[in-house]
Amino acid sequence: MRNEIYLDNSATTPVAEEVVQAMEPYWTIQFGNPSSPHLRGVAAENTLNSSRKQLGNLLQVNPSNLYFTASGTEANNLALQGVANTPYFLRHPGHIITTPIEHPSVLRVVDHLSEIGWSVSYLDVDSFGQIDPQSLRTHLKPDTKIVSVMLVNNELGTIAPIRELGTIIEMENRERQHPIVFHVDCVQALGHLSFRIPELKAHLCSFSGHKVFGPKGIGLLWADRQAKLRPMMFGGDQEGGLRPGTENIPGIVGFTKAVQLVIDNLPSNLEKLTELRQALIDGIKTIPNARINSPAHGAPHLLNASFPGVRGEVLVHFLEQKRIFVAMGAACSSKKKGVSHVLEAIDLGQDEILSAIRFSLAPTITLDQIEYVVYSLKETVEEIRNIYI
Amino acid sequence: MYPLLLVRYGELSLKGRNRKTFEDLLLSNMRARLVDLPHGRITKTFGRIYLETKDNWAELAQRLQGVFGIVSVSPVLRRSLDIEEIKEGASLIIQDTPGRTFKVEARRPNKSFPLTSPEICQSLGGHILRNFSHLTVDVHRPDFVLNVEIRQEGAFLYSQVFPCLGGLPAGSSGKGLLLLSGGIDSPVAGFLSMKRGVSLEGLHFYSYPFTSERSKAKVVELASLLAPYNARGKFKLWIAYFTEIQKALQQISYDALSITLMRRFMLRIATQLAEREKALALITGDSLGQVASQTMESIHVINAVTTTPVFRPLIGLDKQEIIDLAVKIGTYETSILPYEDCCTVFVPSNPATKPKLDQVLKAESELDVDGLIAEALAKTELLVVGP
Repeated sequence: MRNEIYLDNSATTPVAEEVVQAMEPYWTIQFGNPSSPHLRGVAAENTLNSSRKQLGNLLQVNPSNLYFTASGTEANNLALQGVANTPYFLRHPGHIITTPIEHPSVLRVVDHLSEIGWSVSYLDVDSFGQIDPQSLRTHLKPDTKIVSVMLVNNELGTIAPIRELGTIIEMENRERQHPIVFHVDCVQALGHLSFRIPELKAHLCSFSGHKVFGPKGIGLLWADRQAKLRPMMFGGDQEGGLRPGTENIPGIVGFTKAVQLVIDNLPSNLEKLTELRQALIDGIKTIPNARINSPAHGAPHLLNASFPGVRGEVLVHFLEQKRIFVAMGAACSSKKKGVSHVLEAIDLGQDEILSAIRFSLAPTITLDQIEYVVYSLKETVEEIRNIYI
Repeated sequence: MYPLLLVRYGELSLKGRNRKTFEDLLLSNMRARLVDLPHGRITKTFGRIYLETKDNWAELAQRLQGVFGIVSVSPVLRRSLDIEEIKEGASLIIQDTPGRTFKVEARRPNKSFPLTSPEICQSLGGHILRNFSHLTVDVHRPDFVLNVEIRQEGAFLYSQVFPCLGGLPAGSSGKGLLLLSGGIDSPVAGFLSMKRGVSLEGLHFYSYPFTSERSKAKVVELASLLAPYNARGKFKLWIAYFTEIQKALQQISYDALSITLMRRFMLRIATQLAEREKALALITGDSLGQVASQTMESIHVINAVTTTPVFRPLIGLDKQEIIDLAVKIGTYETSILPYEDCCTVFVPSNPATKPKLDQVLKAESELDVDGLIAEALAKTELLVVGP
């Protein structure tokens, strides 16, 4: 690991040392079930409550509106299916607005909703994945019930104008008896953007542990009461009955610690990431015919670029020989034959889509490492282009 | 309920003086295939094999359905040489056998038994008709036949016959080298050649970093799916280092011929490896006309690099027939995993369907063919897949 340069932090991050330490007692000593009546259970319940409270402080929301899930994917599912599962909507499917560049854990749920009778509109995105907030107005319909837009796109780093969208929805809701529910996938935004949930004017926000140096297997949904969610699974009374199942205490403790670290260190991390990203952009611009697919003012940890003439997968494997780990498109789509739906939606040419690489940074990366990455990239792109004449 | 499995092998009994060798090979393949399942003795008598079960005849029968050389298996009941005992056994078998019409066939190698074969048939037929009102006799096209054999060791009864793969025992035909890509076709070609007794080794051309570790893992997985059919259940997989050849082919400006040239390199490497490994034939997954490199013109030009016989068991099969076979032998799901292999990364936009040998030779004159092959062979690694 010492000699590796891991630039796939949007796929997953290593767990921070402090997080591992914070979780440690909760495997073998403080292993209790918060639902148990005895002291071991009470201790676990106290841990659960204090973690939730701490997260509420960190995210500046009411802790009782936080629901732990097993992943970001589950949080997104619970947000959308939770609204759609209300008895009223099961009988009267509504209209949902989203974008073509959401994560599959939103797009596939929307596909499912469309199968059970919902109508769907997709907001247009430009060639950097950016949305014109005013376009939302043209799509709003009397039966629009849900709007779902991700704050930071996981393939491009594009930041959506969530505040503007939220304001439009807020105004619209003043005229309505039943509000439109606004869901924001914040998985890639946490730790990479300075934002407060209340400013977003959203009703639902999703988060994931392993993208912020926390453990895998833990996600979080913040849900305003107005969203009136119904569970997807049924069981015990955990998480207010919205998400039954014995709580993942080590995961919750680790996630809380991870969130605390990324929020405490946010200003210095942002500065660091911005500097690294700029160095990477400057370097890539010296490679002939390279195209930066991410917008200039995108999230500071993400950069997507194409190197026409070079297959993305081949570039990934050439770079891994030099212990540099990058992603093609998004990690989730690497295992599928199809090309990235995000890159297709922003109208890149076929050659640019097939040659796209995603770099996702972490504050632990150094400028020297970026310099080495740029050097290796340049050399490799040239080598591969020479092979394919 | 059945203490014995009767194992039939057809074709091998025709093989004259080689018969014993074939039978011994089949027995050893059976033993290898059953090594992790409890079972009793395996004995060979009168052109059949009997396997003693341990209350697990169905599991054993299912396993034997994957052993080449076996035509069919039947679960067998055994009774002492007493007609009342035999009748009781017949009743048990009838209850376990679907169908509405039947006949009885009796054989009596043990002539000391008091009833003759026709008398046994009559006695058992009457017993069955009296006790099972849903059954009638049909001597021409019965739903099932109740077989009774009166032998020295006792009376053997069976009615069910489960067809197996047939073919010849693995290893009975000599060694072959399969060119194994990650696709659907080559594992099926390997399977069909093993069916005719070929003892198989595999050769994969690996072009990392143009392809990934996962694509190699996929080929290893395919080899492990073929291994159980092989002699002793093992499969030797050679991984040839093909990257430099791919690079060299991209360097010369014969884009349309690059697949033809690539396939010629593959056959040359395979030929040399086969010689070293004493394999007598190469096996490929070509199906006539399926892709540019599988037209008659292409096969003709590609095959010109070798004098070793090249078997193409899929030559007359349609894609769907190949897929159906792949599903049946269980390789399909692995074959369709979407990792790059060398045939997909380097596909030219317009591959030649009718390559000309003189052009191909001209292109190869620009390459250090022998040097490239020597390097690829020197960097070839061996993996042994199997239990």
